[in-house]
Amino acid sequence: MISFEYIANSFDSWLLATCPLWLALTIEFVVVGTLCIGLFAVLGLVLIMMERKVSAYMQVRLGPNRVGPKGMFQTVADTLKLLVKEGLTPAGSDKFLFNLAPFVVMIAAMLALAPLGFAKNFQIWDINIGVLYITAVSSIGVIGILMAGWASNNKYSLMGAMRSGAQIVSYELSAGLAILTVIVFTGDLSISKIVESQADGWWIFKGHIPVLIAFVIFIIAVTAETNRAPFDLAEAESELTAGFHTEYSGMKFALFFLAEYVNIFIVCALGATLFLGGWMPLHIGNWEGFNRIMDYIPSSLWFIGKTFFLIFVIMWFRWTFPRLRIDQLLNLEWKYLLPISMFNLLLATFIAIQGWYF
Amino acid sequence: MFIVKYIKEVYGGVKSLLTGMRRTGYYFTHHKEIITQQYPEELPVLAERFRGEVVMLHDENNEHACTGCTACEIACPNATIKIVTKFDITPEGKKKKAIDKFVYHLELCTMCNLCIVACPTDAIKMAQTFEHSVYDRSLLTKVLNKPESKIREGVE
Repeated sequence: MISFEYIANSFDSWLLATCPLWLALTIEFVVVGTLCIGLFAVLGLVLIMMERKVSAYMQVRLGPNRVGPKGMFQTVADTLKLLVKEGLTPAGSDKFLFNLAPFVVMIAAMLALAPLGFAKNFQIWDINIGVLYITAVSSIGVIGILMAGWASNNKYSLMGAMRSGAQIVSYELSAGLAILTVIVFTGDLSISKIVESQADGWWIFKGHIPVLIAFVIFIIAVTAETNRAPFDLAEAESELTAGFHTEYSGMKFALFFLAEYVNIFIVCALGATLFLGGWMPLHIGNWEGFNRIMDYIPSSLWFIGKTFFLIFVIMWFRWTFPRLRIDQLLNLEWKYLLPISMFNLLLATFIAIQGWYF
Repeated sequence: MFIVKYIKEVYGGVKSLLTGMRRTGYYFTHHKEIITQQYPEELPVLAERFRGEVVMLHDENNEHACTGCTACEIACPNATIKIVTKFDITPEGKKKKAIDKFVYHLELCTMCNLCIVACPTDAIKMAQTFEHSVYDRSLLTKVLNKPESKIREGVE
């Protein structure tokens, strides 16, 4: 049966058989890098299209419907437009930082892709601290945002960047504690081990109350971390024009836009891995027959389905809730989410010690 | 008690958020009617009083009711209308004033309707057209009387 695992392994063994080791490794690096960039491009196109269609359906509209069948090529046309546009650098800006910032944001998003398990035994880099690595690397992105806001020499940009900084610093905490709740149950930080531990049921079912609370907190916190509405204070188009990317145009703007969507994909993939079992099919305890039937659906489809479900939930948030004010935003984190998630972690530890989970 | 109030606040917040999500979720899953008008396929229903552009009314004999009195030209607040007159020779040999060109600058027009109000013979009116975009500005300068058109008999 053709699977991602089979393709990757046969390509690897064929390379090792035909080339010397260093050449094989170099080729593999190049192939993986190209695939990553390809994945990013496809994700950007698909997610922006999805966002526009979801928003349209929720607002009782049709959405883009001109370019291609049902408007499916609208984002391709938009990307082509952005590619040929001039990338303007404002006269008073810090030119080096201004041009560097989009790449920092993009590279941070790219790095976080490495330990994600896309399908059964199909992973770029299986490190034993995968979850820690993702949480650490994904906060590099805020440096790019601060860089962009500072280098633009524009008060709106700076304000947006500062807000984004405050937001990420505070919401990292509850996102981290929500992740820790699952780690308490799995006892391992490596993504592949976490997925394997869900072979007899996903953590959201096995860990019942604490994991459910952690899941809700995680979704709220990552929505804030990716600067999405209702926490999009960093760009707040009605207050700050476009926040930290006000001065950007052309492909540099597109990189910020793309990084936003790729970040959503990454956090949703992480959420799917931790709470919904990653590529693991829906297994229920010892129901052998049921589990066998579920195994017929390829693991990559499970992963993509769960991730897109979470992305849809985050989009659902965006097109339902009004934007929070900055003080409301910080109140929500420090007065509600953080105490609840700390208490929740305590509860999870207690349940894990007592063995009261399935 | 503090803790009860706190839990109540959290519960109320989550409940109100879920109510909102239920509403949008309903719209998402019940995608039957759309509130937007699909413009090029489906033309908008315009009000009778809609002011699109000034047109001159011609009947089937290619005759209009404009005497060339320039009342509309005088009434126009921003020189949108320019009437060029000529003198026709009637069969009796008398000279009679008539319009040669009724020049209308759509790009200057504010659709204020004053020319229509000023017209003593109801020769002009506001049309319901609204697709006025063109590739060159000069195309917006229009001559309203059709070529070879004459003034209708009996209109003074």
